[in-house]
Amino acid sequence: MFGWEFPPHNSGGLGMACYGLTKSLSRSEVSVTFVLPKKLGGLEHDFMKIVFANIRNIKFRSVTSLIHPYITSELYDEYLLKTPENEIYGLNLFDEVRRYGLQARVIAAEEEHDVIHAHDWLSFRAGMEAKRISGKPLIVHVHATEFDRTAGHPNQYIYEEERRGLHAADCIIAVSQHTKNVIVEHYGIAPEAIMVVHNGIDHKDYRHELPAALSNIRAQGKKIVLFVGRITIQKGPDYFIKVAKRVLEYDPNVLFIISGSGDMEHQIIRLASDMGLGDKIVFAGFVRGDELLKLYRAADLYVMPSISEPFGLTALEALANGTPILVSKQSGVSEVLTHALKSDFWDVDDMADKIINVVGSNALRDTLGELGAKDVEHVTWESAAGKCTQIYEDIINRAD
Amino acid sequence: MASICFYFQVHQPYRIKKYRIFDVGHDHEYFNDRSDRDINNEKILHKVAGKCYLPTNKLMLELLEKHPEFKIAYSFSGVFLDQLEEFSPETLISFQKLVKTGRVEILDETYYHSLSFLYSKDEFVRQVELHRAKVKKLFGVTPKVFRNTELIYNNELAKYVEEMGYKAILAEGADHLLGWRSPNFVYKSPGTTSIKTLLKNYKLSDDIAFRFSSKSWEEWPLTSEKFTQWVNNVNGNGNVVNLFMDYETFGEHQWEDTGIFDFMRALPGEILKHPDNEFLTPSEVADKYEAVGEFDAHNYVSWADVERDLSAWLSNTMQHEAINNIYALEADVFATGDVKIIEDWRKLQTSDHFYYMCTKWFSDGDVHKYFNPYDTPYEAFIAYNNVIHDLRLRIEEKKNKRVESKKLSVAKKKTTPAKKAVVKVAKTVSAPKKKVAVKKHSVTKK
Repeated sequence: MFGWEFPPHNSGGLGMACYGLTKSLSRSEVSVTFVLPKKLGGLEHDFMKIVFANIRNIKFRSVTSLIHPYITSELYDEYLLKTPENEIYGLNLFDEVRRYGLQARVIAAEEEHDVIHAHDWLSFRAGMEAKRISGKPLIVHVHATEFDRTAGHPNQYIYEEERRGLHAADCIIAVSQHTKNVIVEHYGIAPEAIMVVHNGIDHKDYRHELPAALSNIRAQGKKIVLFVGRITIQKGPDYFIKVAKRVLEYDPNVLFIISGSGDMEHQIIRLASDMGLGDKIVFAGFVRGDELLKLYRAADLYVMPSISEPFGLTALEALANGTPILVSKQSGVSEVLTHALKSDFWDVDDMADKIINVVGSNALRDTLGELGAKDVEHVTWESAAGKCTQIYEDIINRAD
Repeated sequence: MASICFYFQVHQPYRIKKYRIFDVGHDHEYFNDRSDRDINNEKILHKVAGKCYLPTNKLMLELLEKHPEFKIAYSFSGVFLDQLEEFSPETLISFQKLVKTGRVEILDETYYHSLSFLYSKDEFVRQVELHRAKVKKLFGVTPKVFRNTELIYNNELAKYVEEMGYKAILAEGADHLLGWRSPNFVYKSPGTTSIKTLLKNYKLSDDIAFRFSSKSWEEWPLTSEKFTQWVNNVNGNGNVVNLFMDYETFGEHQWEDTGIFDFMRALPGEILKHPDNEFLTPSEVADKYEAVGEFDAHNYVSWADVERDLSAWLSNTMQHEAINNIYALEADVFATGDVKIIEDWRKLQTSDHFYYMCTKWFSDGDVHKYFNPYDTPYEAFIAYNNVIHDLRLRIEEKKNKRVESKKLSVAKKKTTPAKKAVVKVAKTVSAPKKKVAVKKHSVTKK
């Protein structure tokens, strides 16, 4: 499996997904050799050894590389400048992806395996190179496409990489019907070649008691509406600001919190202050672990106004903490949940209407929170791993 | 002797349009959706009239003409009759024709198909009165038998309705209350003297209403011969078979291609082949048979869902909050004396609004989803909640105006003796309380 960094070193959902899926797979009859790029220092590798210390059927191989999910060409150049002279990396991001792929050949020759499973475009090339060596079937797992990340303005090189990987694959796994549709529409793949495996959540991680956060704000009778995610065009933070403005016209007693970081951060902070919402919108930065859990629990409503969201794990996290959610209809998570509010991301009035009603009615908030938490109980990594195992078996049998 | 008693419920609510918080204060038309969605009341009424009301009325008239022994009964909600007058007068005429045969009985219910008995006895009485007046006006008859919204029933209601002068009341023949006893007899409620309780034979009723087209049902396909056989089996161990169902069973819930019309067309003739069978209307059943025992409903029963309780309308906190909000406005609504405000308030009491907010079976996507014109129970609640905000504003506005005009009239005390028009409106709206002699009981509310 060509995967990515695990929490706590992740910067988004892809790391969470690789972690959750691998953990559940390793508990079943599947042996996993997990290949991941090792950034400077190799902290991640040690962490995983600890996490998986008692599990025998998982093995880690790392490849020294500077790539990580959500990387951009500019970011790569920045990294490259900071690396020691004696280490060898690609001239630019794309060269590095190619270099990473070539190293996969060595691993494919050394490690025994029946299927190759590669997560998202940065590892597609590695998967293809591995397949070239071992001749084993290649499964590519799409957690996001370039169309989602750029809200419809793809980088041509990345698009080509994705397209090549998708066409080389023996089977494609999409994290939602939404993503499947994008792949069919934009990458020329037949719908029959794509299996949908929805992401899940590990409920144990969200059940422990924690001291309440933001209790002073709540004590003032203020209601809290929360955004969690990378502050990038894909996640619709600008819509969140517009909706906040609309809500506050009707109910000034609401505090909006944005947790996350990203390339639009400064732009969004400016937008908020330009709209005169400086003291009504709080930027909490990138928050993880128990701090994030406390934030979810303190909120009256979690809002995910993504323009195109392949899945949206944070929505599951909010529900697992008993917080009701409002998600865009353009999201994968909306396919697996019924007890959730759903709006089109561009329909600012509709979102504002729903938010005003949730913060204004305990009955609505409690019913959504309670039934939503029950609803999310069946959305687990065990179930996702089970579907993946089935796909492995089918593809191995097919190859025989 | 088996007496077959057909009773059909005919109702359509005024569904609330997609009403956003931003409409509050500007838009007071809550029920005028004109979209293609299933919240467009006119569209729905035309659709159901075409598929069910008109063809089924035609069939019923044909059967009444063919079989002089055939009889049926209807209960129309007042809001349904209003919509017929507004959107489909021809459907109203076809119902009037049926009633003119003299073998079609009409029952009373609350005008607004409401749960008012549970929340305001005064309002309950007013709505029943309005209904009675409407039936008299449109059909020229005065009902003698009562059925409450969705067959919601308990002992208290039976006693209350008895004192309003009805001779019979309908209820669900719920197993948990009947025990080993059969619904095929007439019962009475404890504490009543003369009113009869007629119980729905839910098995035979639901064979037609729910299971008729179900191919996984072992008795499918249901023929009129087979059904008559089951009815005949009652001979000797029962007096009456009460077949109570939604009228929309014919053509709307069971589509024409299921054969439901052919089944019904053949049924009366088939039933009448047996010399001991006859058709009776609910009041005839009450006249003919004595109560054989007590039907003791301490708690409410209804004909909804497998639970046969109130949970379809009142199980989650949204439903409770919404209905408490609407009834909390009662005194303020009447104080406005504004006919339109009162009517909107009443239309918001229709049980369907709360049914749409039900989350009980939402995930499983069953019958509740089928009957829900909103995407989710939450959307239904939000639209309703926003409308209540607007209604409150309208009430507040009226109140302020009244206070102002009062100040004005106090200031000009000597010029004019008062505002007659306002006083008059208030009277006509809030008066009916005393028309029906209702004794106050010490029956405690559940």
